[in-house]
Amino acid sequence: MLKIRIIPCLLLRNESLVKTVQFNKFGYIGDPANTCRIFNELEVDELTFLDITASREKRTPNFKILEEIANECFMPLSYGGGIRDIKTAEKIFQTGFEKIILNSYPFENPEIITDLAKAFGSQSVIVAIDVKKSLLGGYHVYSLSGTVNRKRHPVEWAKEVAMRGAGEILLTSIDREGTWKGFDIELTADVAQAVKIPVIANGGAGNVVHIGDVVKKGHASAVALGSMVVYQGKDLGVLVNFPDRDELENVLR
Amino acid sequence: MITIIDYGMGNTGSIVNMLKKIGVKARITSDIEEIATAQKIILPGVGHFDRAMERIDKSGLKEILDHKALTEKVPVLGICLGMQLLTMSSEEGECNGLGWIPAKTIRFRFSKESNLKIPHMGWNLVHQSTPSSLTKDFEPEHRFYFVHSYHVQVEDEKYSILKTEHGYLFDSAIQNDNIFGVQFHPEKSHRFGMRLLENFAKL
Repeated sequence: MLKIRIIPCLLLRNESLVKTVQFNKFGYIGDPANTCRIFNELEVDELTFLDITASREKRTPNFKILEEIANECFMPLSYGGGIRDIKTAEKIFQTGFEKIILNSYPFENPEIITDLAKAFGSQSVIVAIDVKKSLLGGYHVYSLSGTVNRKRHPVEWAKEVAMRGAGEILLTSIDREGTWKGFDIELTADVAQAVKIPVIANGGAGNVVHIGDVVKKGHASAVALGSMVVYQGKDLGVLVNFPDRDELENVLR
Repeated sequence: MITIIDYGMGNTGSIVNMLKKIGVKARITSDIEEIATAQKIILPGVGHFDRAMERIDKSGLKEILDHKALTEKVPVLGICLGMQLLTMSSEEGECNGLGWIPAKTIRFRFSKESNLKIPHMGWNLVHQSTPSSLTKDFEPEHRFYFVHSYHVQVEDEKYSILKTEHGYLFDSAIQNDNIFGVQFHPEKSHRFGMRLLENFAKL
């Protein structure tokens, strides 16, 4: 059995699941509930949903879709997008999700992390940190779907959110996202070694070897997969799938 | 019909979803009169031990729950924090637990060199320690999803029905007669959890 969690990370845009490349170029994947039903049949370890336009459109989560998903999925579920208060978070938990993901709002109000951790426990609060490398090679944290440079270093921001009560970090390399080129190992290792809480590596997975690398060299506690689990291959059609468990066990050994 | 106790601390939604999937009727309630008619009870729970016990005490639920579990002896299943509440005490807080099973809830203790994380989060295997109707027909590699920072330690091995390893073996499921507790989340554990909830529903 795999001790490392391998987590399909699905992107919700309006009523559809999409897949992006470097947070752009939206490719249509399918209906959220149908896709989730397939992942449920594949018995994946955990599922993550990010509503990638909720915060930019300043709206609350689409609870109808969240309910459909929770009715179909019997594994741990996390949701991010448009969460700005305890009440919204509570409603998400009641729907049947057990973790909420914060990304943009903590820059306006970092105390929300502590408030949510106190109300529901740290284990249910994930902070997503989206990172872009500048031309000079420095890392910067971005918010609002990668559109606003917060001028913070990911390690420094990771330490702050952990100190404020986050239970996990979903660390995404915007440069690698959707590229199939492998994870940013250096970034993952820097963040994972700076905090005690689990770091979920995201962005760039193209094959199982990449997964093994980010766990062994990047010290990731868990791995999120995007393109790999919704496409047949790079530049190929949509196919909801999950890597072979024996292959995964081999690369993670 | 399974009665799921709502005391404001637990994602009751996902338990109902899975029970629905396996064709078991369920209701979520905090109403004492409704609980009085319960044939089978699930006590969910996520969060802090003391806050949960305070809520159970303040809402007047303790008396009726004691009566159902100890006098009427209806089957009760505590899940996650709900399992820990069945014990005498927890190192997470000061309050007494319900004390229905001779056991206590303690912090994970690892050596300094250990790189194991707390909370224990993710999928893990269970190993039978005492046969029980709750764990009937489990698969050889039966696994569940866990997320917890404290774990239960029984006073006598006869109360331990499943064990799981995280640094060392701890009691991941316990039973005292009609009262059961599981540290993991069956409602989040695919067919493995369905099997356990089906077993509970059949009791």
